Amino acid sequence: MQLQKLFLLDFKNYVEADFSFGPKINCFTGNNGVGKTNILDAIHYLSLCKSHLNTQDSLNIRHGRDSFMIQGEFLRNGLTEQVHCGVKQNQKKHFQRNKKEYSRLSDHIGLFPSIMVSPSDNALIGEGSVERRRFMDSAISQFDKVYLEQLVMYQKAVYQRNALLKSFQETHQFSPEMLSLWDDQMIQYGEPVFSRREDFIRELTPVFQYFYQEISGAEEKVELVYSSRMHHASLKDLLAGALSRDRILQYTTVGPHKDDLQWMMNGFPIRKFGSQGQQKSFLTALKFANYDFIAQKNETRPILLLDDLFDKFDNKRVENIVRLVSGGRFGQIFITDTHTERMKELLAFSGSGNRHFLIHGDHIEIID
Amino acid sequence: MNINSFSSKLLENAVNEFAKLPGIGRKTSLRLVLHLLRKDFTEVEQLSDAMLRLRREICYCKICHNISDSEICEICSNPLRDHTTVCVVESVKDVMSVENTMQYKGLYHVLGGIISPIDGIGPDDLTFDALEKKVSEGGINEIILALSTTMEGDTTNFYIYRRLNKYPVKITTLARGVSVGDELEYADQITLGRSLINRQLFVMES
Ligand SMILES: [Zn+2]
Repeated sequence: MQLQKLFLLDFKNYVEADFSFGPKINCFTGNNGVGKTNILDAIHYLSLCKSHLNTQDSLNIRHGRDSFMIQGEFLRNGLTEQVHCGVKQNQKKHFQRNKKEYSRLSDHIGLFPSIMVSPSDNALIGEGSVERRRFMDSAISQFDKVYLEQLVMYQKAVYQRNALLKSFQETHQFSPEMLSLWDDQMIQYGEPVFSRREDFIRELTPVFQYFYQEISGAEEKVELVYSSRMHHASLKDLLAGALSRDRILQYTTVGPHKDDLQWMMNGFPIRKFGSQGQQKSFLTALKFANYDFIAQKNETRPILLLDDLFDKFDNKRVENIVRLVSGGRFGQIFITDTHTERMKELLAFSGSGNRHFLIHGDHIEIID
Repeated sequence: MNINSFSSKLLENAVNEFAKLPGIGRKTSLRLVLHLLRKDFTEVEQLSDAMLRLRREICYCKICHNISDSEICEICSNPLRDHTTVCVVESVKDVMSVENTMQYKGLYHVLGGIISPIDGIGPDDLTFDALEKKVSEGGINEIILALSTTMEGDTTNFYIYRRLNKYPVKITTLARGVSVGDELEYADQITLGRSLINRQLFVMES
């Protein structure tokens, strides 16, 4: 799948902009603050119906205006398709595919897949387990809608069970019979959530390790460890074992909602023992593996969005990445970078189908 | 307009009362009250009379807990209906929905809600005891569970099943699947999957 044309109107800092893209690498260079990332965010909108930064839609309207529009022309399975996104202050977001309005935005998600690699990925290492579960859940949900449904139901069951535990405390009553109803619901939806995650990490790991080696060229052994107490016991037994603690704490202390992923390097957590460069290679390899996974499942290559990825990488790693993404495993790529000359040289080596845009504050220059 | 600056206490009272109704804000409430003031005295009297009689005289059927004018509702007292089949529903509104299908000739049992700890609703708030008593007394062949297809609805189904499965009664639930008129292409995966699991024998009507 390819994005051939992009048109922006009053989107973030762009008054009006029109792009024609190449089928391989499309690169935006320029100084900080000229709005390179905003172009990637517009593509993210067309793919996932929202900003990568998860902001309120109206915050992306250019200052002083009351609406924005993003229009894209994709080549998908040999057909040209139009995707249109319009946001007007205080109105419902309009989203159309080939001039036909969607009744549910979720119907669009997955049709024009994309993966964004951005500086905010650092949260996957630096922040708590919520971020890592979200990574895993959204990666699986992108191709498996049944998983998403099971996950939502599981979370509802936990929510109801917690409310029941609280009510036991408040009314000084305890009913094992009522609790077991919600235990059963947690088990019914939690068991498949656990095994789907387990499969996902098992499938993702070798691809991830391959990409890490390709990017870093180093010998460190990296691993993704899915940590869950369900590896050792059934959810039924875990719930039974945690009962007295759950009753005291008034919430459910075991189950897939407590799972985590451990990012390991040479057997140690990368958060503590990895250098900044190693952590960055790790996250990039993780996102590339995620990309590859979706490409396999969807049988279409997603769009890869690389936001300011080369910052803080040494030249060798930058070259490794450009070589990797120019290869057959990846489709169309969009890159932002501050070094115009460096990108010029790299693109010269990576074959045809590339475009280079130099973004100035007030106009866009195309570099041949 | 500042709708809190009323020129009359009577007006303010009436507006306050209407605004307590679900879905009615203070602006709508004021509009309704001003509308009533333009009406004939008899018309307003009919309205207030209808409301008072509704609240005073309505009762809940002793058998099915549906809203009724008498102790036993018209459905339960109808000898032409099948008294061996009971359809369990959440609310009075659901009785109306099932009746509108014109496909059901049995009786009902209105639970008054479904189990949801988040909303503070447990078994004691609903009419499970009456349902179990009815079943334990015999004479009922089938219980049809017609609750929402939400997690709370499912949980309530499990609860009812656990309470009733010791009695000799058949417990069924509504079929779940692709709705009539749905094109398969547009049915979501969950619904389609369920329809496959609950598939039925193909029969040609002669
Ligand atoms: Zn009745």
